[in-house]
Amino acid sequence: MLHERIPNLAKLVEPDRVHKAVYTDPQLFDLEMERIHERYWIYCGHETQVKKPGDYYTVLVGRQPMIMVRGAEGEVNVLYNRCPHRGSMICGDVHGNTGEFFRCSYHAWTFNHDGKLKTIPMMEAGYAGTRWGRDNPDCNMKQAARVENYRGFVFASLAKDGPSLTEFLGPAKIAFDDICDRAPEGEVEVVPNCFRVIQNSNWKIFLENQLDALHPSVTHQSTGRAAHQVEKMIEKKTGKAPLSYHMLSAFATVTIDKWDNFQTINHPYGHCILTGYMGLRPQDPDTLAYEKTLTQAYGAKRKEEILSTNIHHVLIYPGLSVQSPLQQLRAVRPLGVNKTLTEIWHFRLKGAPEPIYRRSLAYYNLVNSPSTMVNADDLENFWKIQVGLTADGGDWVSFARHYGRDIEKNGVVETAEGMGTSEAPMRNQMKAWAQYMMAEK
Amino acid sequence: MAKKRAVTAKKKAAPKKTIDAQDAQHAVEQFLFRQAEFLDRKRWQDYIDLFSDDGVYWMPASPEQTTWDGTPAIFAEDKNLMTVRMKRVQHPDAWSQRPMWGTNHLVGNVTIEKASPNGDLVARSRFHMMELRRDTTRHFAGSYIHHLKKTPGGYRIKLQRVDMVNAQAPYDYVLQVWV
Repeated sequence: MLHERIPNLAKLVEPDRVHKAVYTDPQLFDLEMERIHERYWIYCGHETQVKKPGDYYTVLVGRQPMIMVRGAEGEVNVLYNRCPHRGSMICGDVHGNTGEFFRCSYHAWTFNHDGKLKTIPMMEAGYAGTRWGRDNPDCNMKQAARVENYRGFVFASLAKDGPSLTEFLGPAKIAFDDICDRAPEGEVEVVPNCFRVIQNSNWKIFLENQLDALHPSVTHQSTGRAAHQVEKMIEKKTGKAPLSYHMLSAFATVTIDKWDNFQTINHPYGHCILTGYMGLRPQDPDTLAYEKTLTQAYGAKRKEEILSTNIHHVLIYPGLSVQSPLQQLRAVRPLGVNKTLTEIWHFRLKGAPEPIYRRSLAYYNLVNSPSTMVNADDLENFWKIQVGLTADGGDWVSFARHYGRDIEKNGVVETAEGMGTSEAPMRNQMKAWAQYMMAEK
Repeated sequence: MAKKRAVTAKKKAAPKKTIDAQDAQHAVEQFLFRQAEFLDRKRWQDYIDLFSDDGVYWMPASPEQTTWDGTPAIFAEDKNLMTVRMKRVQHPDAWSQRPMWGTNHLVGNVTIEKASPNGDLVARSRFHMMELRRDTTRHFAGSYIHHLKKTPGGYRIKLQRVDMVNAQAPYDYVLQVWV
């Protein structure tokens, strides 16, 4: 049946190139939603977004409007945002508190926080003798098939079978271990602000860019150079420029040849870890005070392990990018074949001194806010790619850089030394994509 | 006798004060209009020079915020960071800054919220900005609060707070410079 709809699915992905249709074909987009986003684990939010019973956040899982809600017993539920009566959305706001129960604004059906029907007005008079009533599960708000929480990060899968969350994440779960372990209390707390930015491009283009170690010194050079000039100027005047300038100037000072010193480690399901540390462990008094709290919490040996974790960021396929050393996270919500929403959050390390939070905040404000001087150039590229791909000037997108030179061991693909700009992550993602897409069930 | 003189003095002072307030109102309005004009004419350095050396341009992430320090912000820039932004926008290899791009600010509803004896002021106003980038038009609107220092060279901005009505809405592309 599938092969009638999309006859050449198997031919779209080759080891070192993919057909442009995977970014531009609306039919393929629908199939991606069905076979990837509405089947595997999608990040819904952090549990500290919904602290009190009744607190909720609405979220898109694939094409499905969902609600993440804190229940009376403290559990976090994920429900379809739909009234079983006539189909109206239950929550119309992005977030809020629903009180002791959900109440539909159309005919006042009410539901518990786990979606179970509570009351229908005049239930007896209206529904006696019909199939509708409290005993019929079709009268409940439907729950996501599976919900799992890893160290406070809540994921939902809309398929009842499949790998567990930790099986699915595999070694990519280091994203959450790294972000939490850096907190002396072993936990993070969300800072309640979400920046939302729309990309006029296919969702996979963002994922590919996140691990493209070659682009920063080209795409972001203007910002890097501008920041470097001002950084030098401040250093001349006061001796030391704030760390935030380094966050930007690195795009210029790390020249194109040096990015090969990074490494990507590519895992099953399309996940990928980009190593390379941006010099965020200076020996200033703030860092030393922070290191002391970590030593108190974990002991000297474990502290050293935690702080030397070599991660720039982690991509969790198909929709999450985590920058654990700076406690940032971007969730990717596909809106259409050429439109994608990113939701950008940052976190506080519980128990860490305030100046350490300020670093995370500086990065959030400078790089990830809607006034970003960095993503501005990425967004421009994404849009150009999306439009360029509609041209009949060629059918293929190349991922051939350092092809054939990666090191593969037990299904894990590592880039070879000095070849960090290998397009291995794109090859790995598209290999996983083909596996997801070809699996009928 | 002394009492009577005091009353007379007060009476005489009253009209002078009104003229001062009118002067201040006029001066602040002219200042705000000039600031908007610098933006729309892309006179970035002139725009930055309107800030005092310790001045901050702040666009809070949400209207409840009371300080730029230590909270998420869409902009929280001192003059150094503003200079980075200016240099970036002017850089010949700023790919995303090449397309045709222009803005138009209208500023109005100017009121003086607070006036100190030394001439420093807090002024509130409303703005509406229309932007064209390539073929796309966007609108941003909201309020400004200017904390202005009176200096021999005219007013300088110690803090400009910008609350956009659509600050929390999704952004289709970014804010390239100050609003």
